[in-house]
Formats: sequence, structure tokens, C-alpha cells
Amino acid sequence: MPAVSKGDGMRGLAVFISDIRNCKSKEAEIKRINKELANIRSKFKGDKALDGYSKKKYVCKLLFIFLLGHDIDFGHMEAVNLLSSNKYTEKQIGYLFISVLVNSNSELIRLINNAIKNDLSSRNPTFMCLALHCIANVGSREMAEAFASEIPRILVAGDTMDSVKQSAALCLLRLYKTSPDLVLMGEWTSRVVHLLNDQHMGVVTAAISLITCLSQKNPDEFKTCVSLAVSRLSRIVSSASTDLQDYTYYFVPAPWLSCKLLRLLQCYPPPEDGAVKGRLVECLETILNKAQEPPKSKKVQHSNAKNAILFEAISLIIHYDSEPNLLVRACNQLGQFLQHRETNLRYLALESMCTLASSEFSHEAVKTHIETVINALKTERDVSVRQRAADLLYAMCDRSNAKQIVAEMLSYLETADYSIREEMVLKVAILAEKYAVDYSWYVDTILNLIRIAGDYVSEEVWYRVIQIVINRDDVQGYAAKTVFEALQAPACHENMVKVGGYILGEFGNLIAGDPRSSPLVQFNLLHSKFHLCSVPTRALLLSAYIKFINLFPETKSTIQEVLRSDSQIRNSDVELQQRAVEYLKLSSIASTDVLATVLEEMPPFPERESSILAKLKKKKGPGAVSVSELEEGKREGGELNGGSDRGADTAAMAASNASTPSPQADLLGLRSTAPVGSAAPSAGSLLVDVFSEAGPATPSAAVNDDGFLRFVCKNNGVLFENQLLQIGIKSEYRQNLGRMYLFYGNKTSVQFASFTTTVSCPGDLQSHILYMQEHFVEPLVEGGAQVQQVLNIECLTDFCDAPLLNIKFRYGGALQNLTLKLPVTINKFFQPTEMASHDFFQRWKQLSQPQQEAQKIFKANHSMDTEVLKAKLLGLGTALLDNVDPNPENYVCAGVIQTKNQQVGCLLRLEPNAQAQVLSHTHTHTHTHTHTNLYSCL
Amino acid sequence: MNKIRFILIQNRAGKTRLAKWYMQFDDDEKQKLIEEVHAVVTVRDAKHTNFVESDEVFRNFKIIYRRYAGLYFCICVDVTDNNLAYLEGIHNFVEVLNEYFHNVCELDLVFNFYKVYTVVDEMFLAGEIRETSQTKVLKQLLMLQSLE
Repeated sequence: MPAVSKGDGMRGLAVFISDIRNCKSKEAEIKRINKELANIRSKFKGDKALDGYSKKKYVCKLLFIFLLGHDIDFGHMEAVNLLSSNKYTEKQIGYLFISVLVNSNSELIRLINNAIKNDLSSRNPTFMCLALHCIANVGSREMAEAFASEIPRILVAGDTMDSVKQSAALCLLRLYKTSPDLVLMGEWTSRVVHLLNDQHMGVVTAAISLITCLSQKNPDEFKTCVSLAVSRLSRIVSSASTDLQDYTYYFVPAPWLSCKLLRLLQCYPPPEDGAVKGRLVECLETILNKAQEPPKSKKVQHSNAKNAILFEAISLIIHYDSEPNLLVRACNQLGQFLQHRETNLRYLALESMCTLASSEFSHEAVKTHIETVINALKTERDVSVRQRAADLLYAMCDRSNAKQIVAEMLSYLETADYSIREEMVLKVAILAEKYAVDYSWYVDTILNLIRIAGDYVSEEVWYRVIQIVINRDDVQGYAAKTVFEALQAPACHENMVKVGGYILGEFGNLIAGDPRSSPLVQFNLLHSKFHLCSVPTRALLLSAYIKFINLFPETKSTIQEVLRSDSQIRNSDVELQQRAVEYLKLSSIASTDVLATVLEEMPPFPERESSILAKLKKKKGPGAVSVSELEEGKREGGELNGGSDRGADTAAMAASNASTPSPQADLLGLRSTAPVGSAAPSAGSLLVDVFSEAGPATPSAAVNDDGFLRFVCKNNGVLFENQLLQIGIKSEYRQNLGRMYLFYGNKTSVQFASFTTTVSCPGDLQSHILYMQEHFVEPLVEGGAQVQQVLNIECLTDFCDAPLLNIKFRYGGALQNLTLKLPVTINKFFQPTEMASHDFFQRWKQLSQPQQEAQKIFKANHSMDTEVLKAKLLGLGTALLDNVDPNPENYVCAGVIQTKNQQVGCLLRLEPNAQAQVLSHTHTHTHTHTHTNLYSCL
Repeated sequence: MNKIRFILIQNRAGKTRLAKWYMQFDDDEKQKLIEEVHAVVTVRDAKHTNFVESDEVFRNFKIIYRRYAGLYFCICVDVTDNNLAYLEGIHNFVEVLNEYFHNVCELDLVFNFYKVYTVVDEMFLAGEIRETSQTKVLKQLLMLQSLE
């Protein structure tokens, strides 16, 4: 076997490195380096031409100095010179210097590319590899421009050496990742896919990375790789542990290649071909079987390599999610790992089981491991393993085990690491609500949550417990009693005071019969916390006090005394002062009857999705509420009953008289309803998105926008739907006129009051389209009823924005306010025009003034299925012209946009390409404005 | 996407013995990553896993590392990548270094830093595993060693 001695070949370098190592201080090191730099500079500038060896040595020293963390501002040219040396060692140092110190000096780039070019065509495999490695390491745009077309040829050429093929495949991958537009596989596709059959396992190992990446981007073009990958995998899996010789690692045949093959298959759905599928299932079974066999070696390398394949196979099984037998077997295997002595395996098993828990086929099997997982949560030393255990408990939770899991998570919270507390709190809150069968349990859980981890309990969590208590009269007494007890603790969290203030203010009477919690005791308890609290909490407490005056007349004088004190009535905080003044006045002048009406118990909140889930959704993307924005949601002042608008209090209190909500209700309830209409997705996926923060920014309320987009190509359907309301649309268009029927369906059994709808045109849209609202809607919509409204529309000139429809109504006292985009888009006024190929291109050419022409390249968001695309283009309103474009892949359309003032002819060509991008080209009779408007429709 | 973001070899004192980057990072980011990796791996012991996922520090990637005497070999990959495959990838690499340098020690990596890059490029390229056969890699290295 080869061996190298220290710094062989370059004595000067070894001496220099030793000197640096012997430096006693940073200063000494810098001094030594500066001396060396001066020396090298003088050598490079000297009259005497340096020989290759010296040049290599000095460049290598410069590189060493750079790697120590010092700037290097010369030597690049000498390094480039080394590239054209005929000696491997000199070339290698040159390329290494270039790869490490990438320089964008354009002059040098040209020289470097030139040297690379020479080496690529040298037919010397060592030089070719050096050049390819340099491209792969630098991967710049300039290199992609210079070599992207050359490398596929090297990769598939019959006479290319195996090692060069390996480098070429990965070099191409790098260029594809940096400049996908420059790497066009086209004609090479099939030959690249067939590298999966290559005799040389190293070539397959390298090529499969390229194929996987390309498959992710162009699955259809590469789908033949599936059967090739399956047969390759099958050959590896069924080979004996020594068959593959060089590629056997600790008695495991080709572990890395197996993993890569299994990973490639995860880019595709299960194979359709029965034989291929059967063979693959056989492979997966064999892999699972092997896990049960006695190990061929005691070395950890053996079991790691074997299990690397096993975990990858399980990922594929989960990805398919269609083979119950395999899923359950995978689960059992992971179950064994949960108790393995290797921490790595326990960790990975927990992680993998988390995904198994969400499959209907394996959910039950995962649940059987609950005790082990709970034990892991309690005993694992590595916090990341405990975190995985907590994740898994969350994933396996359902109605049958919720109480146990929530209890375990709560007790874990007491000692949990700070880094994961907030996430744990949300998870507990979500599980407690999702699986609450009896609400006293739910109340206990949330209060415990506040007690244990109050700092991590967000507003949404405690808002939610109040919403639920208000809406369920069977739990109110219990909640009052429990929160009263919790407040007894000498140091209780401010969030507990908030919940306590609110609940006792509403339902304190339910426990007032017990002398231990008499009205005055309750009040004194709350007031004892007052001075320790922040302003918003104090504001909330003041509201609770006025409610007390109503609930318990005997507390009136005590409370008035408190309100009258200077610290309240002259408080420097304007909100607190105002509350004190107003409540004091209210309590002294209003009659008992008036007081009782004003301070009546809060009406129930409309049933809606959990505000915690809503919080998670809201986090998913800013601006998410742009379309259906709830007026109240925009209000500042997030605190319950605090920070509301000046002067709103008396009005608000009076408002509850008419069983409309006070600001409390608004803030509690409506703030949380932003994502109306979006069906609640599974909490699991939500959490993943939110907690990663890097999740796809799918704005929750964009559901409404989706509704809008769906109507670009169709005229009828459901525009919007939430738990309360469904809005359907039927529309028809002729020439420049349109008529739209809107159907509002009340999905509840309760009447909607003050139902109004308004259509508005944002910006200058008014000058482009005209609206006539023919029928106004009745202000009352009975439960279960549907009302209809007709809108007449006229298109005056082309336009871009859509009109907005605002709907307001009262449901159960709460004001609902909703704004939607009406699906009126410019293409609705298209008249299809048929024309022959000749005509089309003649007109196309006539319309080639810059302002008449526009083009745009965009990514297709959906799969580019021909039939779907055709249907969409027809839906757009244009005529789809067959046999017009010489390229059958392209789509050609023609139509006339009818406006009141003019008719605008439009010709459209779509040129889909391999990267799922669409080049779209339009020619129209008018100004570019129309293009923009059309594109926004596309 | 399977992709190695970087490979780091550090000693216990935090001195970098190899840094191979497969993604564009600027110098400050590189320095920060080097320090963060050092901070997270050196506090771990044999009872811990060989994997570090940290939302705050590494976002959507993770560190897979293995300690050999005073050296930490760390490989940074995507969170969805196969932990054990990369863990053994490290070991495979270390065994090659061990053969190549005849019982490799930290000083070999210091004095022959430019050769270590060659070994890396033979085994990992463009953030992917290029060659896994120790025999093939060593044969190639021996051949290169014989060249001038």
C-alpha cells in the first residue's frame, strides 16, 4: 500500500510548516508568515525564471498561508501557469490553488478555462479528472458556459475511462445545480440513464447522483430509470456478501449504492409494471429479512452499513404508503431498534417511526410502542433523542391514548430543555384540545401548562381556553374552581392571572357559595396579583372588577374604593386611568338593571377552528390575510381586554347588552379566524411547517386566492366556503358584457343578521369596468337558507386588478367581515377566433412592434399534461389552433378581447420545454398593458 | 436533494485540519460554521448520537460526525439525508487515509494538506459520494503518487 512521508517532495514547504507550528505566539506566526510572503513575492518578481518545482512549492506555501486564515493577494498568475505544466504534481497544486481561492478576475478565468479545455481534450485520464474536479469544485457560471455542452459527451463516450466518467457525471451535476439552463440533456438522456447498467460500480455510484437530481426536475423524461434501478438493486440485494469484492463494505454489498438506488426510487410513485413492482417488493422484503439475520460481524461498521440500507428501504416503503404488510414489518423492525443499545439506532428509529405514525396502515402498530417511547422521553441522555421521542408521541397520539401522552408530555415539560419548550407547549395545547372528551381535563391541562411553562404559553393558547370555557357551560364552574385554586400559589404566572381574571369575572359566582371562595376572597386574591402585573393584564383585571360589582353587589364598595384610589384613577397609563374612571362612574350611576345588562355574561363564541392552529397557519406566511381580512384582525392591541381603542370601553360594555361582543370578544374570537375557509389540515404537517420556519410559504388565506385563480378558466363553482358560509358563483359573458350570479348559503342553523355585501373596485379599476348591482341582498339570512345576488358587468377597457366583494354580517352576535376577490379577469371577454396556419403567422409577423409583443418564461406550477393544458387554454376563452405551429409541442391560440371602446386581437404561443418552463409569447394590437394583464391570468 | 454542504476535520482545540466546501459560503459564514460545528460536537460524548440537528444553527441541514482520537470528522448534509450512510462514509474515508498515510495522525494531515484534498476529491465530488471502494481509491492514489 502506498505511504507518504511528511511533506515529501517539497522540503521547503515542510520546513515552513514546522516553523509555523513552532511559533510560540500569534505575533511570531504573523512575523514568520510576512517574512515568507516577502520571500515568495521577491521570487515571483525576480528576473530569474522560476522552474516548475519552485513555482509549485511557493504556490503551495501561499495556499497554506491562506488556509491559516490570512489574505493572499498575489500568486494567482503563477498558479494558473502551473495548470499548463506537463507534470501531474505541478498541475495538481495549480488546480488546488484555483479551487480553493476562486477568483473572479475575468482575465484569469479566460486563462483557467483555456487550461481546463486543454486538459479535457488531452485524452490523459489523470489530467481530465483534475480539470473536471476543478470545474466541479468551482462550478461558476463562466465554467458552465464554457463546458456544459462538452461534459455530457465525455460522460457517455465509449472510450472514456471509468474514473473520468465518474468525475464527469458529478461535474455535470454541479453545473446543473448552478446553471440548469445551460445543461441540456436532450439527446443524452437515455444514455445517461443507461449508466445505471454500467459494469463499473463506481460509475453507477457517481452517475446515480446525477440521474436522481435530473429525475427530480424532469421525472417523465427519466422515468425509464425506475426499472433499471430496481434490477440493479435486486442484483445487489441478492448477491452474497463477498460477490461484489471491492464494493463490499464490512460484509455488506455496496451499501452506499443501495442507498442511492433506494433514494432514486423515492422520486417516483410505485412502479406500474407488475413485474418490476414485484421485484422491488421482493428486494424490500429481503432487506427487512436481512435485518433479522444474525450479524456477519460484530463491528459497528457492519451494522451501520446494513442499517443504512434498511432505513432507506423503510423511507421508500413510507413514501409508497401502499403496502400494509411492509409498513407493519418496518414498524416492528423499528420497534426493536427503540431498545437497541446504540443511541444512533434509537434516535433514527424514533425519527422514522414518526412518519410511519401518519400512515393509516401502520398507525396502530406504532401505537403499541408507546411505553418504550415514554420511557425514552424520561431516560434518554441526549436531548435530541428526547426531542424525537416527544415528536413521536405527538405523532402517535389519538383519542385512545391522548390522556396518557399529554400527561407524560406535561411532566416532561417540567424539566425540558428551554430550546424545545415553546414547541412542546403548542403540541400539548393542540393535543389537549383535539382529543378532549371531557372539558375539565382540557381545562386542567391548559392550566397546568401555564403553571409549568407560563413563559412559553402564547396568547393563542390562553385565548383558546377562555373561548372553550365560555362556550361550554358544563365546564364553567369547574374552570372557576380550578383557576381559583391555581391562583393560590404564591408565585403564579401572569398568564394564569389573565385567565383567572377573565374566568372569575365571568363565572366567579359559580363558586361564590363556598365561604373559602366568597366574592371578597376572590377579589382579594386577584387584587393581590395586580401590582405584579403588566399594564394589559391590569386592564383586564379592572374589567374583571367591574364584572364583580355586577355579580356580587356586596363587593361594590370595596372595588369602588380600589378604583377611586390615586394609583388607578390618576394612573399615568391612559388606558388604565380611563378604565378606572369609566368603571367607577358606571358602577355609581347605572341602575342595577342597566349594570346587569351591560355586564351580562359573554355570549358564546361562534364555533370555529382552534386559534392555536390558526396561529400556526398565520405564521406560515405574512400577508396571508390579504384577501379575506377580518376588520377586527387588523386592530392593534393584541391583549385581551387591554389596549383597545380609547373610549371604546363603555361602548363595548354597552354593546354586550345587545349581545354583541365587547372588544374582549373581538380580540378573542375574530382575531383567530383569519384563515376562514381553509380546511384544517392535519396538525402534524402544520407543525412541521411552522417549526421549521423555512417551510413553504403557503399563505393560509391564499385558499381564497386559489378560489380566485380557479375561476380564471371557468365560470361556475364555489368561490368560498368556511364553517358558516358558502358562496357560489355562476357567470356568463358575451362580448364586453357579463352577468354574475352570487349565491350566499348560510351553513349554520342560526340566522345571519345585518347581512350586507358591497362590491368595490380598487385603484383605478373603476375606469375600466362598470358594475351594476341589480339586486341587493336581504339583511337577514335564515339558518340553512340561500340568497342570491346578480351583478352586471361591463368591460370598458382592459384591466388588471379584480374587483373586491366585501361581506359583512352578524352571527351569534359576532360581526363577520370578509373580503374576496371576484373572479372577473380580462380573459372573460375573449372571443375565440379560428384561423389557419398561414393567417396566423402573417398576423403574428405584422404584430411585431415592441409594444405589441411580449414574452415571458415562467415555471409551470402544475404538471404539464397536454389534455389539462388544452382544457385550460380553451377555458381561457381563446381558440386553440391545431396544426398551426410547426412544432407540435407548442400551443397556439387566438382571440379578440372585447371591450366597450375597442377590440383587441391577441395571438398567443406557449412553448413548454423540458425544465417544465413555459415560454409564452403574445402579440396584440395594443399597448403592453394588455400583455401584463393577460399574463396575470396565465 | 442529497448533498454534502461541507466536510470539516477539526481537532479538539478547534483547529481546522481540512475544510472542504460544496456550497457558496462567504468567509464570515465559513468561519462561523467552523466555530459552531466545533461548539456542538466537542460537548458530546459516547452516549450521544453521532448526529446534530439544530434548527437555530444549521437550519435545514445536519452534522454527522465521528471522533477519531483527537480529531473530529464532520460532514454536513441535508436533514433528509441518510445518517448512517454518511457516518460510514466518514469511516470509509478515514480508513483510506489510514492506509494512505500508514497509520494516519493529525500531523500527516497538516504536512500533506494538499494530498488530503486529492483523497477527498477521489471519494467525494460536487457534494456527492463519488467512489466507495477503498481498493479502487488507494490504487488510484498510488498511481498518482508515482507520477511526478
